[in-house]
Amino acid sequence: MNPKHLANSILFTVIIMFSTTALAEEHLIAQNSKSFQLSGSKVEAITIKVGDTIRFKNEDPFFHNIFSLSDLKTFDLGSFPKGQSKTVVFDKAGTAEVECAIHPEMFMEIIVQ
Amino acid sequence: MKYIFSPQHWRRGVWIGLAFILMTGASTAAELNTYLRPGAIPQPSNNLMTPNRVKLGKMLFFDPRLSGSNWISCATCHNPAMGWSDGLPTAIGHGQKILGRSTPTILNSAYQPLFMWDGHARSLEKQALGPIENEGEMAQSIDNDNGKLISLLAELKALKGYRDAFEVAYPGEGITKKTIAKALSSFERSIVSSDAPFDLWIKGEKQTMSNAALRGFTLFEGKASCVKCHSGFNFTDNGFHNIGLEDATDAGRYAIRKVKILIGAFKTPTLRDVALTAPYMHNGAYSTLAEVVEHYNLGGHATENLSPNIKKLNLTATEKTDLVEFMKSLTGEITPVTYPVLPAE
Ligand code: HEC
Ligand code: HEC
Ligand SMILES: [Cu+2]
Repeated sequence: MNPKHLANSILFTVIIMFSTTALAEEHLIAQNSKSFQLSGSKVEAITIKVGDTIRFKNEDPFFHNIFSLSDLKTFDLGSFPKGQSKTVVFDKAGTAEVECAIHPEMFMEIIVQ
Repeated sequence: MKYIFSPQHWRRGVWIGLAFILMTGASTAAELNTYLRPGAIPQPSNNLMTPNRVKLGKMLFFDPRLSGSNWISCATCHNPAMGWSDGLPTAIGHGQKILGRSTPTILNSAYQPLFMWDGHARSLEKQALGPIENEGEMAQSIDNDNGKLISLLAELKALKGYRDAFEVAYPGEGITKKTIAKALSSFERSIVSSDAPFDLWIKGEKQTMSNAALRGFTLFEGKASCVKCHSGFNFTDNGFHNIGLEDATDAGRYAIRKVKILIGAFKTPTLRDVALTAPYMHNGAYSTLAEVVEHYNLGGHATENLSPNIKKLNLTATEKTDLVEFMKSLTGEITPVTYPVLPAE
């Protein structure tokens, strides 16, 4: 391979990698007072971009168990205590319904665009 | 030093100190507020409670003609003389059949979002017709005459007393599955707990709770951490947990939601009037509150898929009786329930 082409393709790959990581965002969804919260207030839905990450963080003094059985994304984060968090990457467009298995009143939608 | 101890700064210090004392006092009061009765009985906008609806629902609730045998009413199992339950480990239904789960109280069901031990019914209205048609419970067809059995709709429509009662409760809506479910639900919503010694204590009547019950309350919120699940006015998080009972046959909430933590998980029951509703648990495993406390003290029996909120507690003998005393303080004075007069024609 022509060294110039090689250099170009490496540069290209680096730019693409850099730009996708720069575009993908992380959103913090807290579990607080038995509800899903975004920046301190209750959320029922959040709109994010394909490739974004949601970080679910438990702020209650008891366990939660976040899961989704929706077509878009199926996951079960298991139960984790106050202060700990787990992440989910949403890599396709669509809507995922997210619930807490222990407290079914905790319910929200993740709209991936 | 001279600066700090000047009278003016001394006074400010006192004010700050006072404000601090007030703030900490207010925060404990705010925490007690979580146990206060919500303002009004929650009710759906398409079935608001009216005296006529509650009255009709009460007739239906106590009427054994709602069963296939004309012998079992809702009140046979949800008996007001026994805390709206039946005193049995698990219920006995149609044809003396012993059922798989215990009869929960219907007390404060207005405050619950999901019904049944596994939470499969999403409203009282959706739950109400279930037991009537269930072969094990009341075994009564509601709208299908089956060739031999007379349907419930036909039975009720034949009685002028019911035709009139439905008409005043739900004008123009007739006697249908929907109006039967709505009336039963309205009656159930009217069954709310009265003020127990604990409620009077929160409101400031300090002598209503014994010292043992007060120590039990501290344990309930602290060392024994019962409040992680039995929280708020109704002493439930409306959640589902596997608390380590030995029951190999019942998957509980897992049948409704296939998430691992829900294997053997059941709905947290209210602790209101709990002194009246023995035996306890979905399978009637324990016959006294002392046995229940011992269960939690050991951190449960079966450890498979146990809730991470259940741990060995290492309670002393006094602490165990204190917890029982606290639970007894959640039982209010019971107003006797009168039987309705059922239409004979
Ligand atoms: C044979 C006894 C029996 C009869 C009759 C009966 N029930 Fe029940 N009821 C039960 C049992 C057992 C459960 C719990 C079942 C389960 O969770 O699987 C229950 C659950 C309920 C619940 C849910 C309570 C909660 O906290 O989740 C309500 C409400 C209720 N019944 C209302 C009624 C009404 C209304 C009728 C009459 C139409 C009725 N029941 C007839 C035994 C009975
Ligand atoms: C992890 C959540 C959790 C914790 C912590 C917890 N409970 Fe429970 N409790 C439940 C659930 C769920 C049930 C029903 C279990 C079943 O039937 O399978 C229950 C049932 C009960 C019952 C039986 C009520 C009835 O009507 O059958 C009593 C009494 C009770 N708990 C008291 C306590 C006390 C006292 C503590 C603290 C020592 C405590 N609980 C801690 C979740 C919890
Ligand atoms: Cu939860």
